[in-house]
Formats: sequence, C-alpha cells, structure tokens
Amino acid sequence: MPRKLMKGNYAAVYGAILAGCKSYYGYPITPASEIAESASALFPKFGRTFLQAESEVAAINMVYGAAGCGQRVLTGSSGPGISLKQEGISYCAGSALPCVIVDIMRGGPGLGNIGPEQSDYNQVVKGGGHGNYKVIVLAPNSAQEMCDLTMLAFELADKYRNPAFVLTDGVIGQMMEAVELPEPVTELPDKSEWAVYGTADSRHLINSIYLDHDDLERWNRELMKKYAIIQKNEVRVEEYRMDDAEIVAIGYGSCSRVIRSAVDLARERGIKLGMLRPITLFPFPATEIASLPDRGVKGILTFEMSDGQLVDDVNLALKGKMISDLHNRMGGNVPSAQEICEKVSELYGV
Amino acid sequence: MNENREYPFPEIDPDICKGCKLCVASCPKGVLVISERLNSKGFHYSEYVGEGCIGCGNCFYTCPEPSAVTVYMKDYVPEEVS
Amino acid sequence: MAHKTVLRKPKGFIDVYKHKPGAEKDRTHYCPGCGHGILHKLIAEALEDFDIVDKTIVISPVGCSVFAYYYFHTGNLQVPHGRAPAVATSVSRANPDSVVISYQGDGDLAAIGGNNILQAANRGENMVVFFVNNAIYGMTGGQMAPTTLEGQITTTTPYGRNVKTDGYPLQMCEIINQLTAPVYVTRTSLHDMPNIRKTRAAVRKGIKNAMDKKGFSFIEVLSMCPSGWKMDSVPAQEWIKENMLPRFPLSTLRDISEDTPAVERPVPVMDPDEVKNILGYGALSDSNLTKNPDAAFEKVALRVAGFGGQGIMSAGIALANVGMEYGYNVSWLPSYGPEMRGGTANCSVKIQSETIGASECTEPNMLIAMNQPSLEKFEKIIVPGGALIYNTTLIDREPTRKDVKVYAVPITGIADDLGDTRVQSMVNVGAFAAVTGMFDPSEIESLMSSLFEGKPEKVVKLNEKAVRKGYEYVKENFS
Repeated sequence: MPRKLMKGNYAAVYGAILAGCKSYYGYPITPASEIAESASALFPKFGRTFLQAESEVAAINMVYGAAGCGQRVLTGSSGPGISLKQEGISYCAGSALPCVIVDIMRGGPGLGNIGPEQSDYNQVVKGGGHGNYKVIVLAPNSAQEMCDLTMLAFELADKYRNPAFVLTDGVIGQMMEAVELPEPVTELPDKSEWAVYGTADSRHLINSIYLDHDDLERWNRELMKKYAIIQKNEVRVEEYRMDDAEIVAIGYGSCSRVIRSAVDLARERGIKLGMLRPITLFPFPATEIASLPDRGVKGILTFEMSDGQLVDDVNLALKGKMISDLHNRMGGNVPSAQEICEKVSELYGV
Repeated sequence: MNENREYPFPEIDPDICKGCKLCVASCPKGVLVISERLNSKGFHYSEYVGEGCIGCGNCFYTCPEPSAVTVYMKDYVPEEVS
Repeated sequence: MAHKTVLRKPKGFIDVYKHKPGAEKDRTHYCPGCGHGILHKLIAEALEDFDIVDKTIVISPVGCSVFAYYYFHTGNLQVPHGRAPAVATSVSRANPDSVVISYQGDGDLAAIGGNNILQAANRGENMVVFFVNNAIYGMTGGQMAPTTLEGQITTTTPYGRNVKTDGYPLQMCEIINQLTAPVYVTRTSLHDMPNIRKTRAAVRKGIKNAMDKKGFSFIEVLSMCPSGWKMDSVPAQEWIKENMLPRFPLSTLRDISEDTPAVERPVPVMDPDEVKNILGYGALSDSNLTKNPDAAFEKVALRVAGFGGQGIMSAGIALANVGMEYGYNVSWLPSYGPEMRGGTANCSVKIQSETIGASECTEPNMLIAMNQPSLEKFEKIIVPGGALIYNTTLIDREPTRKDVKVYAVPITGIADDLGDTRVQSMVNVGAFAAVTGMFDPSEIESLMSSLFEGKPEKVVKLNEKAVRKGYEYVKENFS
C-alpha cells in the first residue's frame, strides 16, 4: 500500500477527496486550520469547491446547501467554531442531510486555549444544537484513522441521511504518521429521491418545518427509529489486551493512545490492564461496556481530557453494576502512560 | 363558463379573494367593487361589475393571491374542453 | 415579450400547495394585501415566461416568506434565519446551471443575516436576491426591523424608533452598492401600479442575470405589511409613498450585467484513476528499505528540542519519513512555544516496529538538544541507558546525566562549515543514523529527492552532504 507521512488534519482531507467529497466550506480556527488549508490546496486541483466562509455559521449553512444538492460535503472546526455551527447542524439533522464535520477539539470553556482537550464531547455526542437529534460520531486516534474514518463518516452519513462527526483532539490533528492511502470510492450513492439539482425531476423540498404538532412528533419518532438502527448496527470498539484483563481503562482519541502505552507498561509491572476504546461515540458502545463486569473485570477507569463527560456515559451504560472511576486532565494537558499506571495502582491496589 | 361575457374581463374567485381592495384601487376604470357579501373565510370579496374592463391587467398584477384573479384578454380563445 | 391573451396563476407556482398543512391548499398563508404575494406572482410569472421553472431553486429563510416553498414549483430549500445567501452560495456552486433565488425579508437579510448577504454579494455569487423591505418583523408580530423608520412604532419600539438608541434605518441597496462584485442593484416598490410594473421589470432583469450567470443581483422591494402596520392595504400603499420613499429612494444604483462575463465554475474530477494520479499515488513511499537487524536501537522515542528556526521540526519530520521508508511505524508530534518564531520548539518522534501508543515522548530514550535550555529541560527525562546528542556549538556545559550515552556534536558548526546553518536538521539526521544504526546514510541519500521534493538540486546535494557529515562525525568520534 502506498504510504505518505502526514498530519491527521491533512489525512482527513485526503479521506474526503477519496470519498468523493465535492466541496469544503469552512472557517479558520486553531488547531483545525490545516484542514481548511489543505482543502484549499487540494480541492481546486480536482475542480472541486473550496470556499473560506465569512463565519462558522455561514460555513455550516453552505454545508447545508451543498448537502441539500446531494453533494458529499465537508467542514472542519474546533470547539468555539462548533458551538457556532450548532444551529446549522440541527437544521441538517432536522432536514435529514448527510454531511461530515471534523472537530479538532481544543481547550475551553470560552476562548480557553489551543491545547488538546476532549471537552466538546457533550456538545457533539449529545447533539448540541436545539431539538431532538443525534449525529453519528466517529473518534479516530491516528492519522490513518483520520483518513479512514472520514471516509466512513461520509458513507454512514449517506446511509442514514444524517450528519456525521469526526471527533478528535489537537494531538491527533497535529501529529504526523504514515498513512496508507486507500483506493478512491468508485461509486457514490444515488440521492435523486430527495436531493435538489435544479432539474425538473429534482424539484424536491429540503425542510425541517412541521407546523402540525402530530406531524412533528411523527418526524421525531422517525428520527428516533433511525438512531435506534444506528445504535444497533454501527457500534465500533477497539479492544487491547482484554482477554485476561482485570482492570479496564476506557478512553477515546489521543487518550486511547496513552492508554495503549499504559497497558503495555502495566503488563510489564504484572498488572492485568486492558483497554476498551470506543471508536463510535454515537452510537455509544453501551452493550460492550455493560458486559465488562461479566468478563471478570474488577475495576474500570475512564480516562478523558474533559470534566467527566465520557465517564457519565460509561456509568450510564454500566447501569449500576459497577461504577467507573475517572481520571482526567484538562487545559491542554495530556497525561502520560506512567501517570495512568500509577492511578491504576493507587485506585485498585495493584 | 364565461361564454356569455364580453372580452376582456377579469374573473375573481370569490372564495380565494381576501378582500384587500388593492385591485379595486388599481382599476383605472373603476369596474371592480367590494361585495356586500362575505365569502366562506369571512372576507368581503372583490367583484367585477360586469362591463367596462379594458384588459390592462392591473388587478392581476396587484393581487397578492396567485389564483384569485384571472384576466381574459380581448383576443383570448377559450381552450377546447375535451 | 409575447402578448398574453390571459393573465392567470403562473406556472411558476405549484398547482396545489401540497406542502402547506391544513385544508386550504389553494391559497397562500399571507395576510390580505401583503406585498409578498405580489412579488411571488411576479417571480412565478418570470419563471414561466423564461421557461426556467425546472431549473430554478428557491431558498427561503425565516420570516413570513419562510413558506415560499409552499408555492414555487421549483427546487426548494427552507433555511435558518438570515442564512439564505450562504445556502444559496453552495447551492449555486453545486448546481452552476440552475437559477438560484434567495428570497429574504428585512430582519432576515439586514439584521441577523447582515454579514451573509454582504459576503455573498462581495463574492459575486451567481444568484438573485429579493429583499422584501416592509420596515417591520412581520412573522413574529411586528417588532422593530433594521429598516424600521425613525419614530416608527413597533411592538419593540412602543415609543417610536429612537435613532439615539436604536440606530438609523439601514439602506441595504446603498450598502450593497459599495461592493465591487454585484452586477445589478435596484430598489423598487409595490405602492402603486406603475411601481409594481417597474418591480416586474426588475424581477425579470434579476432572474435573467441569474440565467445568464452574470453573478449577483440585488432587488430591494418596498412592500406593504398591513397587519404589522395595523392598517388596511390601500392606506398601506399610501404609507410607503409618504414614509418609506424619503428614506428609501427608488432607483437603480447599478446595472453592469451587459458588460459582465458569465461566472465560470469548474467541473469536478471524480474519476478514481485521475484522483489517484492527482494525489500522486505513483510517487508514494513503498517502504521497501530493509531494517538493520543489528541496529543499536530497536525502537526510538526521541525528543528533538531547541529554539525556533533550528530546524527542530524538520529534523523530526525527516527522521519519521526515513523511518517510514524502512517500514517502521512512525509518529511525529510538534510542541511549539507561544511565539511562532524564535520561541522554544520541540517535537516527539517515535520509530518502532510495534503499534505506537502515546505519541508524546514523556520518557524518551534519545534526546537531541540543540540549545542549553533544551538540554536543561529534557536531559532529566531520558530513560537510563538512553542516548543524548547535544549541540556543542551552542551548549558550553557538560550534560549532568552519567547513565546515558552522551554524544557531543557541533551540529550548528558542521552546518556552518557546509555554508548554510539551515542544514543542521539534516546533520541531526546523519548523527541519529550513526547513533542508532537504524538507517544507512547511503540509503538516506537515496531518499533525498523525495524528502526535498520540489527543491533545487543544489539544496538537495547540500543536505545530502549534511547527513553524511553528521553521520561521519559521530562514527569518527564515538566508535
């Protein structure tokens, strides 16, 4: 396979090009700006559209328009920009428009800083805009996955006519790794049933208004059904040294990279630590987590770069059978493998 | 319908008309009036007095309802009814 | 235009308003005497007359006209408040042969969407914007709009609009006319028949511009809101004439569509082979160099540290690239100081056969320290038995660690001797190869042209020399 050393942010754009994404609309923000920059360099080479929008709000609305016209379309941003995009994301979800949004999380709240954090978890995974909706959330932990999961995000977005996020943090966006570039997508899905092309056959309506209360409730129930199907079919997790694990560390994104190192370090010290890493955050691997107590696991440590946003979902999944502990860092700090190992020893006396 | 009328003439759908009176005000010949009667929506609708239309089209272009006013011009040939 | 023998509901309208909820699918939701209906009819008529109903796409944002999609027999997108120009932008880019209409009210266009309209206009997007100015928020029940007149009473200016606190009515045509890109900027009115006919001509001109891909047309239409103004329709027309015209004079501020060439949009390349070709698949790494089984290091967790401008990042990237060519897993993670230039800079590089976990080297087994602060900061975190290369050109004290192997190399000096300080990053690559035994200098040389893709031959050769010098210095002094 041909390989190229590249930043995670670039890999996402390569993934988009390979997935047949026809346009990129975005606004610069650190640490996601390389996404816009590399899109501005790459998209025009393919006669595809790159447009630097006047605002995050404009960018997501351009995404709405392009998606409504049946295009695969990408935007990228970071926490403060995602906050601004939420209205448009709600409209995309309400109008059942597939699109892909890459969020390279940074420190918050407010302006925070540009260090890596995972504090957009709630505003992304819980559908941070108004109304009842969910977005598909994929959480890559390498440059390779930035490419691969961006491609998958396009596929799932189209499959379910729903916005999909690629959610990661500044570490994964900024680090360079060798990326094996996959084959380009050869066939794009047929959207002629609903997309607007400016032709006689495509006089469709892209819309999220349902004035009648019953109509809107019905639409919400349809959305709920869709989310249930996504929950059933699309959960993805990675396990590492889980076969005999007595203690499990749960984390996603760059945290999972640190956990992986911590698992190896712990094993050298004779501690049976394993890792469960959600690759999809919605759908959340609730069943997989709920089964941990039945697999002989004696301790669960959720490790995140946010204030307990992930551990809440872990504990919801565990339904009281066990309670996960939390170890977290914030403000742009990334813990070390040693730190996690020591936390494990301290919490579980191993 | 209308076969006994003299062209040109406006045809106003009494049920669609919202009685805004813009057509009455715009008619250079003053041949549109507001009916004493109410339509099913409670509007006093606009009516053609039956003669005097010159086919200027003002009532059509000033009417905010797409299908309330139709104006048949002098040279209008009724479509064949199959 | 051909004479019409009948004036009837234009074909630009949907026959039966199927998207409209409730029983009344044969009439609009607009209040009696509302200007929207008049403008809708003029647009629908033009679409029919120009035979473009099929290829038109109407964008309706929030306001009374959010339900424009009930009526137009076109493609329709209902969009968030104020965002129609942004949505219309991508719709027009996606379907360059379509006629894109952005239909907006005054609150929508001039308040919440003020920036969106300016930017779309400034980009000269191929679209026609209909801006219905009725000096009030109609849909929400008559609040102040950006175009509300001085002294005008609304539900949020119960004492009249006070320009000292609420500002002045925004004259959008005049603002749009400050921009270079728009081709047609005009303000018309619906307050009497002659002006309705002028509006009709403007509507047709704007739509024609969009058909001919002339770019951005902006048509402001002064319009009655009898409900919002709490008056009958005919007095409402009078009210426009007496109150709005002085503030919003009717005129065509710009009409340059004749002299403007059509907007061209490229055709996207989607063919997979061509995509691979453009992405340069043929020139990508095939990772076919053979790892050295006798290397002193099996895996490396390296910190390279110094000040900005010392080639810290590029040394790390070069090492990661070379490692990739040997089939190793590699990662490179930057860490910059707060300043873009001249600050501290360091990066973490991992090169190993196993999957890489954490990419930050918190316990490196090798450090390349390019200046004294870097040595002081990172010397202590090297794992025992690891290696330390330090730049003796700029560091005049000995490292304190005795449990790591120390390589004192005048890195900057070697680069200076080669005539270009900038090649110190490749001196580091050479030194690294010698210390670890992981890379062969002649094999690194074979990669130089891809590492320095697009650089002049002279630069490539100089860097090649730098690798060799770094390698030889270590071999000669520390074997």
